[in-house]
Amino acid sequence: MKTSDFSASCPIPISQYPHVLMAHGGGGKLMHRLLEDVFGKAFSNPILDTRHDSAQFFVPPGKLAMTTDSYVVRPLFFPGGDIGSMAVHGTANDLAMSGARPLYLTSAFIIEEGLPMATLWRVVCSMRDAAKECGVQIITGDTKVVDKGKGDGLFINTAGIGVMEHSLTIAPQNVQLGDSILVSGDLGRHGMAIMAVREGLQFESTIESDSAPVHEAVLALIHAGIEIHCLRDLTRGGLASALNEIAEAGGVKIAIVEKLIPLCEEVHSACEMLGLDPLHVANEGRFIAFVAAKNSGRALEILRRHEVSANAAVIGEVVEKSAPLVTIKSAIGASRILDMPSGEQLPRIC
Amino acid sequence: MKFLDEYRDSDLAHKLAAEIHRVTTKPWTIMEVCGGQTHAIVKFGIDELLPKHITLIHGPGCPVCVTPLEVIDQALEIAARQEVIFTSFGDMLRVPGSTTDLLAVKAKGGDVRIVYSPLDALKLAVDNPSREVVFFGVGFETTAPATAMAVYQAAQKGLKNFSLLISHVLVPPAIEALMSSPNCRVQGFLAAGHVCAVMGYEEYFPLAAKFHVPIVVTGFEPLDILQGVLMTVQQLESGRAEVENQYARAVSRAGNQPAQDLIKKVFTVVPRKWRGIGEIPQSGLGLSDAYAAFDAARRFKLTDHRVEEPAECIAGMILQGLKKPHECSAFGTRCSPEHPFGATMVSSEGACAAYYRYRRFDAKETAGVK
Amino acid sequence: MSISGDDDLTRMGRINFGGIIKEASLAYVPEVVIGDYVIVHVGFALSKVDEAEAQKVFEYLKQMDELGDLAEDGK
Repeated sequence: MKTSDFSASCPIPISQYPHVLMAHGGGGKLMHRLLEDVFGKAFSNPILDTRHDSAQFFVPPGKLAMTTDSYVVRPLFFPGGDIGSMAVHGTANDLAMSGARPLYLTSAFIIEEGLPMATLWRVVCSMRDAAKECGVQIITGDTKVVDKGKGDGLFINTAGIGVMEHSLTIAPQNVQLGDSILVSGDLGRHGMAIMAVREGLQFESTIESDSAPVHEAVLALIHAGIEIHCLRDLTRGGLASALNEIAEAGGVKIAIVEKLIPLCEEVHSACEMLGLDPLHVANEGRFIAFVAAKNSGRALEILRRHEVSANAAVIGEVVEKSAPLVTIKSAIGASRILDMPSGEQLPRIC
Repeated sequence: MKFLDEYRDSDLAHKLAAEIHRVTTKPWTIMEVCGGQTHAIVKFGIDELLPKHITLIHGPGCPVCVTPLEVIDQALEIAARQEVIFTSFGDMLRVPGSTTDLLAVKAKGGDVRIVYSPLDALKLAVDNPSREVVFFGVGFETTAPATAMAVYQAAQKGLKNFSLLISHVLVPPAIEALMSSPNCRVQGFLAAGHVCAVMGYEEYFPLAAKFHVPIVVTGFEPLDILQGVLMTVQQLESGRAEVENQYARAVSRAGNQPAQDLIKKVFTVVPRKWRGIGEIPQSGLGLSDAYAAFDAARRFKLTDHRVEEPAECIAGMILQGLKKPHECSAFGTRCSPEHPFGATMVSSEGACAAYYRYRRFDAKETAGVK
Repeated sequence: MSISGDDDLTRMGRINFGGIIKEASLAYVPEVVIGDYVIVHVGFALSKVDEAEAQKVFEYLKQMDELGDLAEDGK
């Protein structure tokens, strides 16, 4: 949602309380109003509307996937998204990494006393819109309010359930020698979008976070019969982290080529300037796929047909089933190790 | 980006490398004196393009790495104080002091903040009149003009709550000290491009003459470094020992006059201890008497610290170019970027960190699997 | 990209780093005008990039190429 016209199109339901109070988490009338007028109203669906302690639902036949994530990003709002849209996309994407179709989400809020109600409402509306975009329903949740000074604004946890409409084994252990490694788009946008706000950097064209749902692109690959061996979304720690985790878990040696990695100019420049490695920077709507070499071309074609993966590229391959290692061939042709990033590159990124 | 990407062109890099191969007939040992150059060499794998008998040694060009342990401990003492906002460049945060580091002090509640420029620290002081803002002024001559400006403006504004812990170092005295050491095997130098952008390269002529070594002012991109090496080798092969400027697009012989003027005004040359090397006379910058009021060490009445380095750490030898990181018994095992022993592993420009991140596998393969 | 500030020491420039715009002090490069390229370090422009010199690396490489070709032809 664009900030400027937000309040006009989405008036705050509980306008007599401009700030969240301790009582809003107290279990009494005020909390009831908050649940009804804010969360209940925004997320309304038949399951949530029963207002029961636990949600009851049927799932289509098939294996289930489940995940959970907490979101503590600072600042709450940034170009291209906010903590709310991230909380929906991020969890839906984790489900997509099993090749599952996301169905239901929970959402738990820990709100710091004093948070402007307008801020909360804006986040909630953003979640409502993201949920609609993803085709998921938010069916149960929780709300707590903590004393001022103990919570840093707002924390959100979402858990998600999805169903796997396929019988592939998608896991690092299934990575094969010769597998092609594809990345679904250009790197580093989310991390740099956040850094830009924090550091007060101005970009000629604003770097927007890449927070977006990826499951449609993944499901397209599955339905086309692509032999997917592993998927992983790129979040904190960036591409370097994801590749190393898979190399470790799968016991494989991976080789990628720097020149093939999609990177937009602004992210490249921002990283140069701040001394950051784009391969370590967080993403929110990007994933890597390990597919059978013979499917590589077709997989790329399919990915490129979806907006979220329009810049997909093949960046390397699995070269050995041996001691875990990730190597990268630099711009001038020499190879080096691409290590796990150490420590905190950019704190509170997601 | 213009003036950046063109200097990373793969074909041209290989062309320069081929020329280096063509002209090299004997083994040569060349030192590069700038952390930024070390970083580029290892990141792009430039040394892999060079003929085997050219040895590149990484010199003490990482200001983070050479900041003495005592000064780190002083910084930690100041940062822990309630009323202080301690500001520093990012890579100083994980440098280990005797018992802890700035990041740990921050975790315990110390107000430690990363800044990108000393002017950011100055602004903090202006915006927070009730707090004491301290800036950790570390770096070579490249950073000195920035620190000088912060001090100068602070004086102009009459700021009472701003001070600096200064540990600036100078390159030429370090080269002199290295060359005077009996163990020194260095035959040629790549001088630090941006240091010379500030200071010019007049100071290197007497050094080239005294020790009969070629010194080539070199930039930071792969093509710069390769051309710098080529120029150095050409000199060595023909027995010359001159000062040349590869980085002419940014460096002039006289350097940056206004910057030098302000440095002379605000600072004075002092003896400085270099971590791992020892004290080198006339090798550092300290605040001149006129600006002594801004000296954090004085303002906070800091004590002198007794310091001990971890016994296994050979950072000193690495900084002098006497050993390579993988020759250290703790390298990659007990000592890593996550838990560094010495400063060369902490700073991303430190030789050990650069090696760890980019070259470990090569070392494993050449040294035999451990 | 744009320059502001009254006297020499407070002169600031808005500098374009390949798509990113950030301010840096121009105090040490008084001769710099809009359109010039500069080397920036910790918020300060330290020197102006001399475009003519910048080209020399590439000219040198081109010369090397030509010499190589000549040598080939001479065989």
